[in-house]
Amino acid sequence: MLLSLYRSMRSYRGFILGSVKREFQSRYRNSLFGALWTVLNPLSMIVVYTVIFSQIMRARLPGVEDGLAYSVYLCAGLLTWGLFAEITTRSQSMFLENANLLKKISFPRMCLPVITLLNAGINFAIILGLFFGFLLISGRLPGMALLALIPLLMVQVVFAAGLGMLLGMLNVFFRDVGQMVGICLQFWFWLTPIVYPLSILPPGIQHIISLNPMTALMTSYQNVFLYNQWPHWPALLPLLIIGLVLCVMALRLFRQRVGEMVDEL
Amino acid sequence: MGHIRVTGLAKAYKQYPNRWSRLLEWLVPFSPPRHHLHWVLRDVDFEIQPGEAVGIVGVNGAGKSTLLKMITGTTQPTCGQIQLHGRVAALLELGMGFHPDFTGRQNAVMAGQLLGMQVEEIEALMPQIESFAEIGDAIDHPVRTYSSGMQMRLAFSVATARRPDILIVDEALSVGDAYFQHKSFERIRSFRKAGTTLLIVSHDRSAIQSICDTAILLENGRLALRGKPEEVMDYYNAMLAQREGQIVRQEMLANGQVQTISGTGEAGILSVRLLDAQGRSLEVAEVGQPVVLEVQTEVRQDIERLILGFMIKDRLGQAIYGINTHRLDKAVTDLSAGERVTFRFAFDMRLGKGNYSVALSLSRLDSHLDRNFEWRDYGLIFHVINNRQEDFVGCAWLQAQTDITRSSETLLQLPDTERSQ
Repeated sequence: MLLSLYRSMRSYRGFILGSVKREFQSRYRNSLFGALWTVLNPLSMIVVYTVIFSQIMRARLPGVEDGLAYSVYLCAGLLTWGLFAEITTRSQSMFLENANLLKKISFPRMCLPVITLLNAGINFAIILGLFFGFLLISGRLPGMALLALIPLLMVQVVFAAGLGMLLGMLNVFFRDVGQMVGICLQFWFWLTPIVYPLSILPPGIQHIISLNPMTALMTSYQNVFLYNQWPHWPALLPLLIIGLVLCVMALRLFRQRVGEMVDEL
Repeated sequence: MGHIRVTGLAKAYKQYPNRWSRLLEWLVPFSPPRHHLHWVLRDVDFEIQPGEAVGIVGVNGAGKSTLLKMITGTTQPTCGQIQLHGRVAALLELGMGFHPDFTGRQNAVMAGQLLGMQVEEIEALMPQIESFAEIGDAIDHPVRTYSSGMQMRLAFSVATARRPDILIVDEALSVGDAYFQHKSFERIRSFRKAGTTLLIVSHDRSAIQSICDTAILLENGRLALRGKPEEVMDYYNAMLAQREGQIVRQEMLANGQVQTISGTGEAGILSVRLLDAQGRSLEVAEVGQPVVLEVQTEVRQDIERLILGFMIKDRLGQAIYGINTHRLDKAVTDLSAGERVTFRFAFDMRLGKGNYSVALSLSRLDSHLDRNFEWRDYGLIFHVINNRQEDFVGCAWLQAQTDITRSSETLLQLPDTERSQ
């Protein structure tokens, strides 16, 4: 099944790459500042959080006595969370948004999730590039531990893609799913140590937050960027397993319901 | 290549009694199905040979579009199978997926990619697409500045840039201006000649009759009839007029053609004759000969108003001329059962040589759709020959008057002569 999937993706690579290019262009074509907006969005968030948490609330990271460290900590979590959030929210709506295309034209439906992933990947690459630039200029570029980003991102993408695809399918049949995802992501964001460090929480709550599979991932990113520390791999295992299970479930649901899905659009 | 085989095809949509029942059905293991199936297409079997052109007709909701969607692969059948051999191109909803902010050229590339082509292939086809669409420089302007006709032109040109083995057309031909309609029709014809299998859904009788070898009539999701386009279209027309208590029957005539008679029967046609000026019955008429079409009718129940209409159709079933007594302001009113009414229409046979048939309708109003007493196709068949007039081609004798002027002066000198006068 995977092989035939790969083959059909290959023969439609023109369409996939074209769509990604088109999405990219349409985002930047009719705006004067183009790519600037992609950056300004997370940047404004970072400024707000840095000012509020680091300056006004005098939050300091335990063991680091420098204001910029908090910004790095924040970016490490916020930007990667942004990738996760973009993949899930975009996947969740991809079938509904392309309802017209799905109803009228016969093409491998799997193209849509691939396009969504590639688009999110490109946006993330831009932001990550700028973040690296910032680290370089401020002299905070970590060392070899940066290589850990590759497996970390892979685990994250597997998880996000599986979840997003599953939600995208479900959203076609139960439109409440789309509304729910936005709210759940809000809660999930604040229940993950991104804006605050895990260590400032009371031990009881720390324990609960650690049950969140995203906690281990976000902590790993923060450790890489802030302390040049390699991740504690076993902690990431739950996320990887959940991600793989979600992918299998999504693919199964896709295979069973893809025909029925078009009837519901 | 181009072979289509449809076996036992059926399509049903799931309908749930309320919003929660689908969730329950999904979540509760081993639960009985909580939906009922709404069948839109059932037990459809047919086979289309390579190079054949088939028209699909039927009223709205008969299942035509569902059938086409399943053949193109956008919708999956509930049961049954579709076997296709060859590359399929579908002209369903032309211009789908055009992005308004991109230029025509970019959109053409996108549309080609959506058909599974690679960029290089599309680039190679682009000059041909441009010249066929004939939208000029607009090809490099954003599609949002296009008129719907221009979008249609571009979409059609892209979709038919390569000759497909199977071409599926869903009433797309009715879009665009007359010039482009003609041009696109011509392209479809040329594909057909080159061996493309055609599948056309249309309500346009002449489109179906002029291009299709056979036609399929769908009625309430079932294949009601398959046969020659004229027969199917006649049956379809009769079906449209069908009301409760109406009978539709088709009879095989001596010449192998199928006659369709339908109607409620309050009045009926007894005989139809074509007469010459002396009142003799004709089967063959000369071009330009004065003739009389005589129709005898019988009133079986009291009716307030009776209109007789006739239509002369050519060999392909295309309308040549039709008129009725309503439009001629000659309605017969207040008729009682048992009366006989004879109608005579006198005209000159200004038709080209060939076979013609006359369809007749008896109704209460202008249209046979309101109250159809009787509708009869092939009420009369006659031939037109040409022994007396000049040898012209076509179905209408327009009797052109010729006036030829010859002059040895060249055109350039003309203004001078005018000035000197």
